Formats: sequence, structure tokens, C-alpha cells
Amino acid sequence: MGRVAVVGAGITKFMHRSEETGKELAWEAAKMALDSCELNLEDIESVVLGSAPDAFDGVHMKGEYLADGAGAWRKPYMRGYVGGGTGVFVGAQGWYHVASGLFDTCLVVAEEKMSSCLPHPQGAFLTIFDHTLERPLGPNLIWIFALEMNRYMHRYGITKEEIALVSVKNKRNALDHPCAQLGAEITVQDVLDSEVMVWPVNRLDVSPTSDGAAAIVLASENVARRITDKPVWIEGVGWSLDSAYWTNRDLYYPRYVECAARMAYQMAGIREPRKEINVVEPYDPFSYKELHHLEGLLLCGKGEAARLTADGVTARDGDLPCCPSGGALGVGNAIAATGLMKICEIFWQLRGEAGKRQVPGKPRRGLAQAWGDLMQVGTVVIMGV
Amino acid sequence: MQIEKFPGVMLREADVEQGRVLTTQWQPNLKYGWDAGIAIGRFLSELKQGRIVGTKCHKCHRIAVPPRIFCEWCFKPFDGWVYLKDTGVVNTFSISYIAWDASRLEVPSIPAVIEIDGASHGMGILHLLGEIEPDPAKINIGMRVKAVWKPPQEREGAITDIKYFKPLEEGRR
Repeated sequence: MGRVAVVGAGITKFMHRSEETGKELAWEAAKMALDSCELNLEDIESVVLGSAPDAFDGVHMKGEYLADGAGAWRKPYMRGYVGGGTGVFVGAQGWYHVASGLFDTCLVVAEEKMSSCLPHPQGAFLTIFDHTLERPLGPNLIWIFALEMNRYMHRYGITKEEIALVSVKNKRNALDHPCAQLGAEITVQDVLDSEVMVWPVNRLDVSPTSDGAAAIVLASENVARRITDKPVWIEGVGWSLDSAYWTNRDLYYPRYVECAARMAYQMAGIREPRKEINVVEPYDPFSYKELHHLEGLLLCGKGEAARLTADGVTARDGDLPCCPSGGALGVGNAIAATGLMKICEIFWQLRGEAGKRQVPGKPRRGLAQAWGDLMQVGTVVIMGV
Repeated sequence: MQIEKFPGVMLREADVEQGRVLTTQWQPNLKYGWDAGIAIGRFLSELKQGRIVGTKCHKCHRIAVPPRIFCEWCFKPFDGWVYLKDTGVVNTFSISYIAWDASRLEVPSIPAVIEIDGASHGMGILHLLGEIEPDPAKINIGMRVKAVWKPPQEREGAITDIKYFKPLEEGRR
């Protein structure tokens, strides 16, 4: 397989509600990504778009609706959709478009406009549940994460205070992100005092719903070297899906994330992830998820992520910076766009272009990860310079 | 990052309410009729009789609930039906203050994953807990619970034929 580089990136602001339509947001991010590497649409041979449920938009086959905004006019085009894991999955999907040798360039765009779903996009999530056995019980999406968080806390004796530190860190990091929706200086007590949504999940443990888009440009090695002297290589990709019988799995540990990570580490030739990954953007739609995912990614031992956070290891200037962007908790959670935002962040971090968010020590290798469906899918992209 | 200006125009609620931007609304009117299927069809008809049933796979040495006609591990047909108990253990729980559409609930609900006695270790179903205070200090993971059934004449072959699971006093099975 050929080497594939990320050569450009673009992103819109993340907002509770944007004036732009999804199509317009997609175009803004895609155009910025193309401009950032001085390419035009005619230089692009293939297009991949990521967007989460059609139910948010009330537009069936929204990949087709969004295609023009993603730059797909008369091009080989494909929409990727694996729930919350979509934004990182499309990085892998774009990678195999180019690594296969089929295309020299691929524009990867991820868009989400959640605000169209009234009164709250939470309503659209009801349809994720089994129609016969689960929906009659009146579930909401926070239920299952609260169930998972409680199982995780119980297994290791982790407290809500320890988990709240993730929200504090990520919202603070987001203050330095020009596109962030919810950057803030908050305390652990603020998190604990915020409204309980579904115990043990408080409002400040949850990322906001958002409108936004992100995009990257991928190129084969020969083309990448002509475009930029600072290519960021995709060194490994991985994805894995666990069973939809989620009540038959022990939720304390995301095994499917481990499977995805092992696939990506093997491809990247990484034997000791903790030593070889310098910066990481794990998916953090809920505060505990960052911890859960650090463990699934084998970046720390099981049950140890809370201590790493308390010790400052995961701070932007720590030994293993996690979510230096501000993550979903701080930048916002425009589902698919947030996953790709994480890939953009690793791209900028590895090029030394992350501005006030730059982690020290010239990171050489970074990892972005997303997660979704019924706590079911793990998607991983590893990048290096 | 060299980029200095990022696109995106943020709307505030007032922009929409006061008509400063144009919007269109639509409310779908869709209806679906879902077949329960072979495995869940049997499961539901057993619930109507006040029984919980699972399926067993000889190859994978497990008894699964909810039941299915095939084992997703070995991809072979399940080898038969097994009656399980209507008692179990709380695997995890939460206390929900919001409804499915994110509106606030006056009375919180207590969703839980309950590992059903008689099924293989870790085989749980989603249901609700009742007859217990919605207080995390009073509910425990590992707590034993028992199904509280609707009266037979009110059962309709649905997961809600079990009203909820209630705490089981030890020694009284």
C-alpha cells in the first residue's frame, strides 16, 4: 500500500446553531482545507464525506444532499457513517482511497448540523434503541452512557470528582481554540453542582450539541511532496465494531476500541503506545469517555486514566497531552465534524501550527480516536512526521 | 495555524424568534409496524405467561438473553430454548431526570442492566428498577432483584409486561 499524507486542513466555528446550512458549512471547511494547501477542486480525484444520522436533518440520504458542499461534483464520492465514530473513520476511509493506489488525492469532509432537530436532537437518538425490547422503556441516549459510567466507576472505585477533572481540563484547553463553542474556566465543584441529567452524569460532564464542519486533504506520497514540505503521514488506521447486544457486554472496558487501536498500532509498527504516541485526541463526548478511551487505546493500564489526569500527565504540557484542542467537551460535539476536528488538531500539532494550543516538545506522533453507535464502534487514526 | 479568520455565523435564539433569519419547519408523520421476529416473538409470548426465556449455544457454551435464533459468535443456529428465572443481579444502573426528548422528568426513572439468573455470566437485559428510592447511596451494583409482573390479564406480550425489577431480600428467592 502506498503512503498517504494529510496535506491540508480546514474547520468552521462550532456553534449551538449556525446560520449556514449543512451544505454551506461543509463547503466552508472544504474550501479552507483546499486553500490551506493551495489546491483547487480540479486537483481532487475523490471525495469522502462523514455525517451522522439523517434523523438530525430530516433529510434522507443526506450524503447526497451534502455532496455539492463537500466538493463532490462529478467525482467518485462516498459517505461514511459509523455513528459517533464517523469523524475519525472517514480519515481511515479517505486513507484507503489513496493507499490503494486508486486515487492520488482525496478530500475528506465531515459535517454535522444538529440544531435542525426540534425541540432537541436528543429526540432523534431514540431510534438508536431496539424497537421492541428497549424503546417501550422510554430510554434516552444519556441513559446508556450513565450506565456505562457507573459500571466503570464501580469497577475501579473511581469518583465523580476524578472524572470531572476531564471536563475542567478540556473546557480550559478550548479557551485557546478559535472555533470553540464552550471554552470555559470551571472547577470540579462547578461540574458536581451542575444539573444532574442522568446520574452519574451531570450537565458539565456532557459535550454540547453543535453545528460545524471540518475537512482534510489527503495525497499520495509523490503528490504530497509536490504540495507541501510538511506532510503529515497517516501511519496507521483501525476500526472495530462490537455486538449490538450491549446489555450482554461488560461496559467497564471498551474492548472494540482496543481492537481498533491494535489494528492501527500494528500498521504503524508501534509496540509501546505509551512511549511512542506524543499527543492524543481521544473522543470525549462525556468526561469519563476520555478516561475509558485512554485505557482502551492501551495508553495506560486499566483503571489508571483517572490518576494520570489528576497527576497532570494528560494536561497540554503533560507527558501525554490529551485533547489539547479542548475536545468535544470544549470545542463542541458536532458529531462527525468533531472526530475530524481531532484529526485536524493532530495535523496542526505535528506541524507545530497549533498556536496557543501547541503542546511542547515537538510531538512526532499523534493519535485521534472516535467512538459511537450503541457504545459499540472504535475508530483510530495514527499520524506522524 | 496561519488561518486567522474561521467561517461560521452563530445564531442566537432571538435571531430565530424575532424572524431575523428565515426558517422552515416540517413535522414528519410516519408510522412503522415492527415484527417481533422468531426469537423475540417467542420471548414476548413467554413474557405474557410470566416467564423469561433464553437460548443456548452448545458450541459456545452459553445461554443468551435476549434470545436469538443464531449465535453471533459462532454464527450457527442456537440449539434450543431455556427457561430462566425472573430474578437477577444489577450489573449497572443510573437515575434519569430527563425523558427521551431531554425534557425534565418529575419522577426520575432508574434504568438498569440486570443479569438474569439462569443465563450465562454477564447476560443482562435493559429494564427499570422500582420500589427503591432514586438515591445512588441506596442502590448497589451487585444487588439482587426480582421482576414485578403486570397482572396476567393486563399483559400484552411486551417488555413492559414486567413493570420493573425490585430489590430482593436475601434468603427469599
